[in-house]
Amino acid sequence: MIDFLQKLGQTTLTSFAKLGRGYFFLIHTLIGIISVLAHPRLLTKQLYSVGVLSFLIISISGLFVGMVLGLQGFYILSDFGAEETLGVMVAASLVRELGPVVAALLFAGRAGSALTAEIGLMKATEQLSGMEMMAIDPIKRIIAPRFLAGFLSMPLLAALFSAIGVIGGQIIGVGLLGVDDGAYWSQMQSTLDFQDDILNGIIKSIVFGFVISWIALFEGYDAAPTSEGVSRATTRTVVNSAFTILGLDFILTALMFGDI
Amino acid sequence: MQNTKTQETLVGLFVACGIASLFFMAMQISNLGSFSSEKLYNINANFENSGGLKVKSPVTIAGVRIGRVVSISINKDDFVSVVKMNIDSRYKLPTDTVASIYTAGLLGEQYISLDPGGSEQFLKENGLIDITSSAVILEELVGKFFTDKVSE
Repeated sequence: MIDFLQKLGQTTLTSFAKLGRGYFFLIHTLIGIISVLAHPRLLTKQLYSVGVLSFLIISISGLFVGMVLGLQGFYILSDFGAEETLGVMVAASLVRELGPVVAALLFAGRAGSALTAEIGLMKATEQLSGMEMMAIDPIKRIIAPRFLAGFLSMPLLAALFSAIGVIGGQIIGVGLLGVDDGAYWSQMQSTLDFQDDILNGIIKSIVFGFVISWIALFEGYDAAPTSEGVSRATTRTVVNSAFTILGLDFILTALMFGDI
Repeated sequence: MQNTKTQETLVGLFVACGIASLFFMAMQISNLGSFSSEKLYNINANFENSGGLKVKSPVTIAGVRIGRVVSISINKDDFVSVVKMNIDSRYKLPTDTVASIYTAGLLGEQYISLDPGGSEQFLKENGLIDITSSAVILEELVGKFFTDKVSE
């Protein structure tokens, strides 16, 4: 019994300690961003590895998600004779939910895991402490550019996902199933609102980008400096990001669309 | 290791694509393109029953949208529904304009249709439309139909 209580206490304390370290890490990183702005070259490189390399998976997934939405939506809507509202259905579900959420999940898997593995391995091979020895702050030099790159890439990738998805829905709905092209776009435009739908979707993706970058970099930075530690940290990044994205998505949706 | 220049070009391309898709969403998917920088003015109308009218429902003249509903509230004194509309200021409405609530299709959303009168005077900011006809409530209509049938 005492053992159990001790274990419980230990788990609680370690998880709180980790949370605390995470917050300090975040504050350091945010301060470090100021010095990144003075060296934009560092950011370009990270934007390439975080953003550009995720470009392909995001656009292909967006296309297919849009096409599936077009197909499924058409079969359901044609039961009610409301095929013309296909555009609304595809665009609303992409812009509000699927765009930010699926892009964030893919981003966590594609870029987040890579960031964790990279930072974790740097720590395991003592590159980070080596930098500290040379009086270079690894948070400013290594972490902050990656954080900023993740934070900036996510909204762009989510927007790309939604835009390509809508086009994918149009390819299937209009091109294959014969929904009227004018109805597809005009119904979409008259129903979706810039502020309520598009802006809220962008806000979601900004929040997700922030959270994924934070989790991924912190897990790498906090990883046990062994090969097993790095592999565990990478797994934790993907799992924790997925939980956080889905949980935050619910909260954000309730806040944004709750009163409708 | 890739050449820095190629890398920078690709990053530039990525950012450009991202911004282009944001722009595409704003213009093509949402209605930002149609109601952008036009000036708007408010007018009010009192309805006995505003039915299923919602904020952002369209306001039309002869089927063309000229504005949208901004708020729906209730007047505490005489319990009528006060509907505030945002109208494109290019359109001047005579003071004897009639406002009616119609439904687009059988199950479609409700909208306000304005029928301009012949008055020489025009509604100003926060002007009030006096002549209105309320929303047709399907249940009331069906109820009336059945009571008529029974009384026959």
